[in-house]
Order: sequence, then C-alpha cells, then structure tokens
Amino acid sequence: MGFFKKLEKLDRRIIYIVITLAVILPFFFPMHMPIAIQPEVKSIYDYIESLTPTDIVLFSGDYDPQVEAELSPMFDAVLAHCFEKNIKVIVANPFSIMGMGLVEPRLKKLADEYNKVYGVDYVFLGWRPGGFLLILGMGEDFNKTWETDYYNTRLVDIPLTQNIKDYDDIALVLALAGSAAYNSWIVFAYAQYRQKIAAGITAVMAADAYPALQAGQLIGIMGGLRGAAEYEQLVHRPSLGSVGMEAQSWAHVVIILFIILGNLGYFASRKRKK
Amino acid sequence: MTFNLSSNIWVWIAVFFTLSVYSFLWKDNPLFKFAESVTVGVGMGYAMVQWFTLSLVGRFWTPLTTDFSSRFHLIIPAIMGLMLITRLIPRFTWLSRYALAFTMGAGSGFALPRVIQAGVLQQLYATMLPIEFSLHGFLYNFIIIVGVLSGLIYFFFSKEHKGWFGSIANVGIWFLMVGFGATFGYTVMARLSLFIGRVLFVLRDALGFLKI
Repeated sequence: MGFFKKLEKLDRRIIYIVITLAVILPFFFPMHMPIAIQPEVKSIYDYIESLTPTDIVLFSGDYDPQVEAELSPMFDAVLAHCFEKNIKVIVANPFSIMGMGLVEPRLKKLADEYNKVYGVDYVFLGWRPGGFLLILGMGEDFNKTWETDYYNTRLVDIPLTQNIKDYDDIALVLALAGSAAYNSWIVFAYAQYRQKIAAGITAVMAADAYPALQAGQLIGIMGGLRGAAEYEQLVHRPSLGSVGMEAQSWAHVVIILFIILGNLGYFASRKRKK
Repeated sequence: MTFNLSSNIWVWIAVFFTLSVYSFLWKDNPLFKFAESVTVGVGMGYAMVQWFTLSLVGRFWTPLTTDFSSRFHLIIPAIMGLMLITRLIPRFTWLSRYALAFTMGAGSGFALPRVIQAGVLQQLYATMLPIEFSLHGFLYNFIIIVGVLSGLIYFFFSKEHKGWFGSIANVGIWFLMVGFGATFGYTVMARLSLFIGRVLFVLRDALGFLKI
C-alpha cells in the first residue's frame, strides 16, 4: 500500500493525538517565538494611552465560560492597562448573565494588585434585563438605566458613577463578546450616539468584524487568543495569551501540514482513478 | 521542571469534566454523556437563579413592594409576562399573542432604523472611497471597490451569469472564497484556543507546572 493510500485510511484519532502533542509540548519546551502586533490591536492600546485619569472606560463582559480562554486574557490585559494609567473603569454584563461570575473575580484580583478603591476607581454593574435597551438607555440617562451596582448600592451614591450622565462621560466601550453582542454596541451606541467602541471577540467572529473596523464603527479589534497575546505584549504583561500563542503556532503548523498532505493525497488518488 | 499538585477538590472535578468531554474525540461514551448533562444542568440552574434574583426580585418585586407609588407601572410588563405564560393553557393561548405582538413591534421599531443605519448605510459609505495616488492607498481602495461590486453582482439573480456579467460574478466568487477561507482559518484558531485554554488550566491550576 502506497503512502497516499495509507493516508486516505488514516484514523482521525491519530490526527487528534498529533495536534494534542503539538499543543502540549511547547509548554515544556518553549522556543519563545516573537508575537507581531497588528494595527487593529495597537489602535486600542494607543487610544487608551491617550486617555487621562479623569476618563472612564466601560468594559462590557458579554461572554460565557465556553469562550473564557480567549476573552478573559483580553479582559485582564486591557484592565491592567487602564489601572496602570489610573483610568476609571466600569464593568458590566448587559448581554451575558454567565459573564458576571467570570469577570467579577478577575476585576477584584486586578483591583487589589493595583490598590484600586471600589466606587472611586472602579465599579461593577453586573447584569440587568434589557439587553439593547440598556445600551440605548445609557445614552439618555446612565444612572436611571442601571439604578444600582451589582451589590445594590445606588449609583448616585457612588463617587465614580454619580456624575455620569450619558455616553459623553464614557471615553470608550470595550465590548468583550462571545456572541454578536459587540454588534449591538455598534448598532445602538455607535450609530445612535457615536460612542467609541473597541471589540474584543472570539476568533470565530473576528473575520465578520473587520467591515465594521474598516467603516470606522470600531476603533480596534482584538481577535481571539492572538489578540489577547498582542495586547499583553503591548502592556508588557505576558500571561495566558502570550503563553498560549506558542502552542497555537505549532498546532497551526501541524494543521497546515495535514491540509497539504490531504490535498496531495486527494490529487494522487484522482490521478490514479484517471 | 517541577509540579505542584492542587489540593483543591473543585480543580480536580473540573479536570475530570475536561477529560470526560474530550474523551468524545476517541468515541461517544458514558463519561461524555454525563459531563454533557451536568454542564447543561448547571448552566441552566445558574442562569435561572440569577434571572430570578436579579430580574424578578431585583427589578420587579423589591422596587414594587418598597416604593409602590412611583413604581406601580411595573405591573404592566409583569402582566404581559404572565400573558406569555398563558401559552401553556390551551384555553387562554390567544392572550400570549398580544404580549408577543407588543414585544416584536417594539423590538423591531427600536432595531430596524438603527440596523439599517449601522449595517447598511454606514457600510455603504465605507465603500465609497476616493482614488488615492499612493500605491498602498490605491490598491487598498481598489480591492474593496472591486470586491463589493463583484460580490453584489454574484448575488444578482435576475440576469443570467453569462458573458461579461458572468465574468464579474466569477470575480465575486473569488472574493467570497477568500472571505470563507479567512473565516475558516479564524475558526480553526478559535477552537485551538479553547483547547489551549483547557491545557493551560490542567498544567497551571491542577498540576502547578506553569506559574502565570
């Protein structure tokens, strides 16, 4: 039996094993591959760099546990950047009830690391029913829309939020989404109020988001683990994204080799049949 | 290379479920079925408790009972919510249609103009690009314009795709293929990222091998 004939009958589980090894081994034998920064990630970094300590960034953590591996590293990296620059932070989950449990511990951990005070430097709003109505409401009256934070304190009693009126008081919305929630921010906050929006999204959705970037509806995109790794490099805080990129690169090499082999096998079998 | 095994039982339960789910790659088995059912059950349970606490209690019952005079209007959406549940009672199913009609009407009214603005008009403006005299600018704008026009022609079915019209439609297919290829590449990257996430969890949280 020729090589390509064997290839045609290759058990798919062997492919899984090879890819598993390609993912696991780089953690034990790192080669420290460089991570190039893309302009769409750099533009988010540059925009946050241009903000001052009086500015507020709203994090919309709309993702569920199944995509946490891609989006939580982004959340950590951008939040660390904001805290580093003493920019005020509001974290909310208007589209994901599951997202609350994912972002709240990370917010607390980083806030402790940077000695930030709740209510002065950051606020956690959590989830409220309403979805896109919350986005529209924030453009009219921020405090009336949310009323209280996650811990049931009235926003008018919290120093950070008591003077927020609408989107004019929010410098940037970072939509971290494992669904089309980032698009709701574009439709209801950008189209209506011209709110500046950056998207941190899963790689599956990244290709669909580029038209919005090209149209100027987004100031930047972080796509998947790679986007997180790039932001980590920009803020000199290598973490889960950067560590995972080496495994990702090797797994991609293996998949490309399998695709090439599969195509060679296909053409060889077609030639044989002729 | 040192390992520091976690003493947290929940971490090892998570490791068990991770391995159970990935065991499906070998073949379907009871461990996978068990993990799948637990995931769905826990997810629904968590969401229902949060919905009940934050929505029904936090946004309806507590405001209504503590400040009835200024919050009595909350009864209207509550009644509409109850009307939706009447679908479960055949005699009163017709009531649910009114609540559904309101929801659909209001939702469409809010969304349609803004979706057209953001998804159609602003995207159209973004394709009306000037001819730039730098090589990069010219190529970039030229590719976008050709891609949009040929893609639109491919989806124009009132004229047969023959002759010059068919040739342009073929160019549109090439642009679509490039788009699908990019999406597929990103999808592979996303699935691997999730797998890497679980590997990182096992190596860092359970085995204590990685110190991040």
